[in-house]
Amino acid sequence: MDLPRRYKFGLLWTAGLLVFALVPLLMTSRYQMNLAGHILVWGLFAVSFNMLWGVTGMLSFGQALYYGIGAYSVGLLVTRVGAAWFFPALGIGLATAALISLLVGLLVIRMTGVYFTMLTLAFAQLAYQVTLKWRDLTGGDDGIQGIIPPGLLADKTFYYYVVLAVVFFSIWVLKRMAYSPFGLVLRCIQQNPERVRFIGRSVRMNQLRIYVISSLFAAAAGALMAGMDSSIHPDMLYWTTSGEVILMSVLGGINRFFGPFIGAIVLILLEDVIGAKTEFWPIVIGSVILVIVILFPRGVVGEAQHLWSRFRGDSSQRSPA
Amino acid sequence: MNALLRVEQLRKAFGGLKVTDEVSFSIRPQEIAAIIGPNGAGKTTLFNQITGQLPPDGGRIRFEEVDLVGRSPQDIVRLGIGRSFQIASIFPDESVRDNLLAACLSRLNQTRRLWRPYTSHLQAGEEAMAILASLGLESQANRPAYELAHGDQKLLDIGIALALRPKLLLMDEPTAGMSPEERQRTRTLIKKLWQEYRLTLVFIEHDMDMVFGIAERIFVLNHGRLIAEGAPESIRANRDVITAYLGEETG
Repeated sequence: MDLPRRYKFGLLWTAGLLVFALVPLLMTSRYQMNLAGHILVWGLFAVSFNMLWGVTGMLSFGQALYYGIGAYSVGLLVTRVGAAWFFPALGIGLATAALISLLVGLLVIRMTGVYFTMLTLAFAQLAYQVTLKWRDLTGGDDGIQGIIPPGLLADKTFYYYVVLAVVFFSIWVLKRMAYSPFGLVLRCIQQNPERVRFIGRSVRMNQLRIYVISSLFAAAAGALMAGMDSSIHPDMLYWTTSGEVILMSVLGGINRFFGPFIGAIVLILLEDVIGAKTEFWPIVIGSVILVIVILFPRGVVGEAQHLWSRFRGDSSQRSPA
Repeated sequence: MNALLRVEQLRKAFGGLKVTDEVSFSIRPQEIAAIIGPNGAGKTTLFNQITGQLPPDGGRIRFEEVDLVGRSPQDIVRLGIGRSFQIASIFPDESVRDNLLAACLSRLNQTRRLWRPYTSHLQAGEEAMAILASLGLESQANRPAYELAHGDQKLLDIGIALALRPKLLLMDEPTAGMSPEERQRTRTLIKKLWQEYRLTLVFIEHDMDMVFGIAERIFVLNHGRLIAEGAPESIRANRDVITAYLGEETG
């Protein structure tokens, strides 16, 4: 079947949307819907993170900072001011993330490589400590419970469909961006920053721009999560949260746009299945991940596409040197 | 005198080593000039100062009466100075076409756009194809750039610079690392590009066939000093130049 690429892509896109849309109808327990919701939110978070890493080559180890800003904006305003503040809180969360990521971004983009990574980690850990210690505002390590969104949104199934719509829309927006002239410049920055300057473009300005954009979508994911789980905790800002999206991206493949989303599916399902079977699940998951990474260095998606093109005997497909 | 580029008393030292020593010269519109000199004479360092990578210690660089000292490389590129590199500077994972598209989109000021696919920009697409045709790389358009032969990568690097439609194009050893046949081809091509695009072209080169074959004027650097400048015939007969290349005082 040799359909033009864009139709093939449209088919996959529709199929994915259908699968997630059918979950609430086919589920046997509410738990499954919650699991699917988690996959969607983490998928968005991971895809937005990979715009920094896989596309631009900026390995941030601190995107949990913006995820947390989104979550705590919704959590605090909805529980302290009122449920009606859900949408304003979302807006305030995004605005705060934009402002903080702009300020932090101006500092971190001066660094490259591992220094960039460590500095992003430092800022996120700083925010984690503040969240943990400022009990009066954030509830400290108890977090915030009872975050009930207003009206129809309080219904878990309805909320799930809102999450589905927002996540698919956001990922579509990010995908457009990845293949826009701006996205091309980002890929060029990863491959040869000096040449980017010598086609007349500022490396730092474009890095700052994608840092802010990526952080905005991370904040959106955090805000969605707060409404879905009805509770939030400071661990959302901890380095393991940043690590999780890195892991998802590696598992799925950082050089494919949808890699991190597939990675989110794999990791969350693994944690769910193995977590139910043994209390030693972190060791088992760690081993499974190790095996996947060693067997599939291109990630699940990259490896699948590679196999598919070999199966079709298509030698024109790119393969890394 | 209507100079496009005017370099005045340029100075740069690394520690005690003077890499650019009171260098002054100017480039006329639409000329083709070569900069030669033994290894370590300060040729690339001179380019780096003109293009804003390296701040000079003193002196002035004026391009169309605009002072370049203190400006960033991207500003200088946008003022109209393009550059190709000694080691091909390309985007290895992008296709050959997309390498050129990136440059064309930048020239057209379209790189802030984040919605329409970059492949759907008609003017950039046409410009990129025109450059591909000029370079004779049409058949390679869809290949990732890292797959190209060394010589073709150098051509692509030049193509990226050309796509910016520079008023002044600086080429750093365009034939470095090429086989004799490739050199021959590149020499002809560069002369053709110079005429076709009505470029002002300054190139650094060790290949003397190329230097004496296509340059109208030649500048000779040695130990950071400009020791001679003039038409190929006068340079060929210049005693200082002969000493610089053959004499014992060169390092």
